[in-house]
Amino acid sequence: MFDRRLFTNFDWTLLGVVLLITAFGVVNIYSASSSYRDIGTPYYLKQLYWIFAGLILCLTVCSLDYHMLEDFAYWLYGGVLVLLVLVLVAGKTSMGATRWIHLGFFNMQPSEPMKIVIIMTFARFFSRYPIFKGLTLKDLVYPLLILGAPALLIMKQPDLGTAVLVSLIGGTMLLFVGVRWSALASLFAAALPIVYGAWTFGLHDYQKNRIYNFLNPDLDPLGSGYHIIQSKIAVGSGATFGKGFMQGTQSQLRFLPEQHTDFAFSVFAEEWGFAGCLLMLTLYLFLILWGLSIAKRCNDRFGSLLAVGVSAMLFWHIVINMGMVIGLLPVVGVPLPFFSYGGTSMVTSMVGVGILLNISMRRFMF
Amino acid sequence: MKHNILPDDDGGGRRIIGLSLGAFAIFFLLLSRLWYLQVVNADDLMNQSENNRLRFVPVAAPRGAILDRNGKVLVTNTPSFSVAVIPQDVKDKEQLIDNLARYLNLDRNEIETKWNKGQGRAKYYPLVVASGITRDQMEFLEENRLSLSGVNIEMKPIRAYANGTLASHLLGYLGEVNEEELNSEKYQEYNAGDYIGKSGIERAWESYLHGTDGGRQIEVDARGRFLRTVAETGSSVGNTVMLTVDLNLQKAAEQAMGDMAGAVVAMDVNTGEILAFSSNPDYDPALFTGRMPPDTWKQYLEDERHPLENKALKGMYPPGSTFKIITAIAGLEEGLINENTTVECNGSYKFGNATFRCWEHKGHGTVNLRRSLRESCDVFYYKLAERLGVNRIAAYAKRFGLGAPMGIGLENEKGGIIPTEQWKLKRFGKKWFAGETLPVGIGQGYVLTTPVQLASMIATVANEGKIYRPQLVKRVVDADGKVLKEFTPQLAGTTGLKPETYRLVKEGLFAVVNEPRGTGGMARLWEVKVAGKTGSSQVVRDSKAGMAYKYRDHALFVAFAPYEKPEIAVAVVVEHGEHGGSAAAPVTAKVLRAYFEGKGVIKKPVPKVQPQQEGEAVAEPDRQAAPQAPPATPATENRSGNTDR
Repeated sequence: MFDRRLFTNFDWTLLGVVLLITAFGVVNIYSASSSYRDIGTPYYLKQLYWIFAGLILCLTVCSLDYHMLEDFAYWLYGGVLVLLVLVLVAGKTSMGATRWIHLGFFNMQPSEPMKIVIIMTFARFFSRYPIFKGLTLKDLVYPLLILGAPALLIMKQPDLGTAVLVSLIGGTMLLFVGVRWSALASLFAAALPIVYGAWTFGLHDYQKNRIYNFLNPDLDPLGSGYHIIQSKIAVGSGATFGKGFMQGTQSQLRFLPEQHTDFAFSVFAEEWGFAGCLLMLTLYLFLILWGLSIAKRCNDRFGSLLAVGVSAMLFWHIVINMGMVIGLLPVVGVPLPFFSYGGTSMVTSMVGVGILLNISMRRFMF
Repeated sequence: MKHNILPDDDGGGRRIIGLSLGAFAIFFLLLSRLWYLQVVNADDLMNQSENNRLRFVPVAAPRGAILDRNGKVLVTNTPSFSVAVIPQDVKDKEQLIDNLARYLNLDRNEIETKWNKGQGRAKYYPLVVASGITRDQMEFLEENRLSLSGVNIEMKPIRAYANGTLASHLLGYLGEVNEEELNSEKYQEYNAGDYIGKSGIERAWESYLHGTDGGRQIEVDARGRFLRTVAETGSSVGNTVMLTVDLNLQKAAEQAMGDMAGAVVAMDVNTGEILAFSSNPDYDPALFTGRMPPDTWKQYLEDERHPLENKALKGMYPPGSTFKIITAIAGLEEGLINENTTVECNGSYKFGNATFRCWEHKGHGTVNLRRSLRESCDVFYYKLAERLGVNRIAAYAKRFGLGAPMGIGLENEKGGIIPTEQWKLKRFGKKWFAGETLPVGIGQGYVLTTPVQLASMIATVANEGKIYRPQLVKRVVDADGKVLKEFTPQLAGTTGLKPETYRLVKEGLFAVVNEPRGTGGMARLWEVKVAGKTGSSQVVRDSKAGMAYKYRDHALFVAFAPYEKPEIAVAVVVEHGEHGGSAAAPVTAKVLRAYFEGKGVIKKPVPKVQPQQEGEAVAEPDRQAAPQAPPATPATENRSGNTDR
């Protein structure tokens, strides 16, 4: 039965901001991929198909009561975890990484749904967990196991970017729930040898190189430092008002690698300058703050935690991607939500927005 | 039990605000970084972006031509293909070097060395790794372009030497500008990889010959593929340098020297213009611009006749008896001798404990000035030198420009040595011994002169006192034919001697060539009167016939002609040629013959054409070009090895 209040309470602002960002994204992909005209369907058109698919999924997600998710959360978590193990056992290897499971008609990348699933799982876990004065170290054992298992499996693929993202999303939710200072300090102390161990044994040489090159891109300006250098040049040469639509020489002449996917924002920054970047940052900041305000306005803890989790997911995607293209963070292959070309990212982000819309329109329902 | 409120007492509001502030702060950080890149650092990054897409492809200017005095081409340009690499566009350096080495059949290390030389330059600047590739190699590279990303084939003009090795020491050769040169003011406009004159005229006239390089600014994509030309500046060809040298005379001089090592300098007596300037053996200057085969380089270095040394300019030889001209002049000017002064020569002269021998061991008998020159009597000059003293001899030698560079305008011209008492004190910290003056009188001991100086000396005698600065360049003309520089004879000084002195000395020099018992008979021409002086200079003491090449005496001859109205002066040095009369004088004769043939004074032999089988025409051997056999005794003496010392 359709409740009319759902429609009247529909969060048009949130959808409007998301659609505005995706529109900018399509225009930008059109420019970024204009030098690839010789390849089949143009990227901007494919992106439009993905946006359409994403929107359908988004509306589907928001049409179902999010409380249902609470019941399925652990099952979903278990299922995706099994898929992550399957990836390592029988996954499809492409470009040195094993991230996909071949499902006949398409290749599935289980680490992507894990971003949403970890949000649901944590929301479920903490919605029923009695907390009075923050989580103690003992309280953190289960959450860290829940978070650690997928993070390690994803790192093993290897997909450092997604592993870090999953950890950051979980970490943000933990902070939101509240962690005691003493527990934080102990965690930090315990993290040092783990980080050291991960650096020594866990990271591949190319991953270490990315970090070395992030710290000093000139080490290998034509190799792994190339992305950072070229991206910084693209962004900086856009200056205050940019070189104009389709006038970005860095992108049009293909100096920028992966310019329609992970480095799409560099193309935008080159063509629209600081003014354009300011607009985009404002839109994204608004999106995040709006997501957090949905969490605040929500009347149940599960919904609040979900909204914080989705906001955190979008936030960390934005920060890591932008930080990467402007040389503040190492290159880890994280797309910019709604903006970078790519179906997976679009679908995941749209599902997230669906959840936010879902919570927002049901804040009056009890 | 469900907890429907957030953990905090205020419903989680404070935590949401905390997260929002955190998000705001991190976004502010991103915005600050964007501000830094796009506003603060924009200019720099914009430049980098321009450099990314715009490449400057230098277009080398053709060097100016070098012509002889009659406008005949000595050096010009020819197109050459070279392989350049743009390091920025190379994906796998090692692989590319392997491929190039294989396709071009070159040594891998050679390519790598050239590559490494370009370190530190802009990565988009073409780096030449192989020059002078053949058409086949070029086609092969074109066919394999796919595996050679970053490789460009460039056409650039290189030096073409119209007459092969002719006048190589005079013309000089080109080479890549080195680091030291690049840092000097003179070459500040040059880029690494540019070719510059390394020696000879090419070096001395570099600024005129070089021309202005042009270039094209092209737009490229990330793979370095050419998209379009944005701007173009044309190169302008260097200026043409016209030399004073006569191509025919130069050829004659080099042919006359044949395999002998040494130098020939021919000079216009009345202007100082150098008409021929040769150093033997010569080298192939083309090898320096392209790839010098290691074997050839080794051969050049190991050849005991030193083909890379410019003997005309830098060879310092004891002038031997040619120096007797100076001693005689000093004696006449100082009033110590006159036309009738005689000296008894019995084959040696005892001075203190030492005995100084005349080359004519049995002695010349009674010798006057004319005979002393004609038969090159050593005793006459020992005695004269003793009376003059070394300082007075030196003063006259210096009046003729000996002992100092003549200012010919080429680098590293040597000055030679004219010893004085003071010179020895300064040089060795020792006093001059009177006994050391005697060998100086016959051009031995410490005396050293260069072939250019000897040519100038004999020219000054011929024109009776005018010392012209040896001149190699007649004029410089730009590409439009406009004369940029025109050179007129430059009088460097006069000797200020009495005409009588010249008359007497010149008569003696005429006798050397034209009278019986004269030592220079082999320099005689029937059509033109020649005057000259032989010389042999010791390389080691007590030289003997049949010694190893490097110990044999040097043979010299200086001459001018026509005797009555001199036009040309010639100095010839034949290293280890032993006797001036037999080795250097015939060379002089050939040069003079070529000169006067060129002037039409001597008729060129007309080759007789005899019908051959299959209609071939073959010229008869040039009998007249062969050394003239003087009819009188000197030739016999010369051939018997009975020459001057």
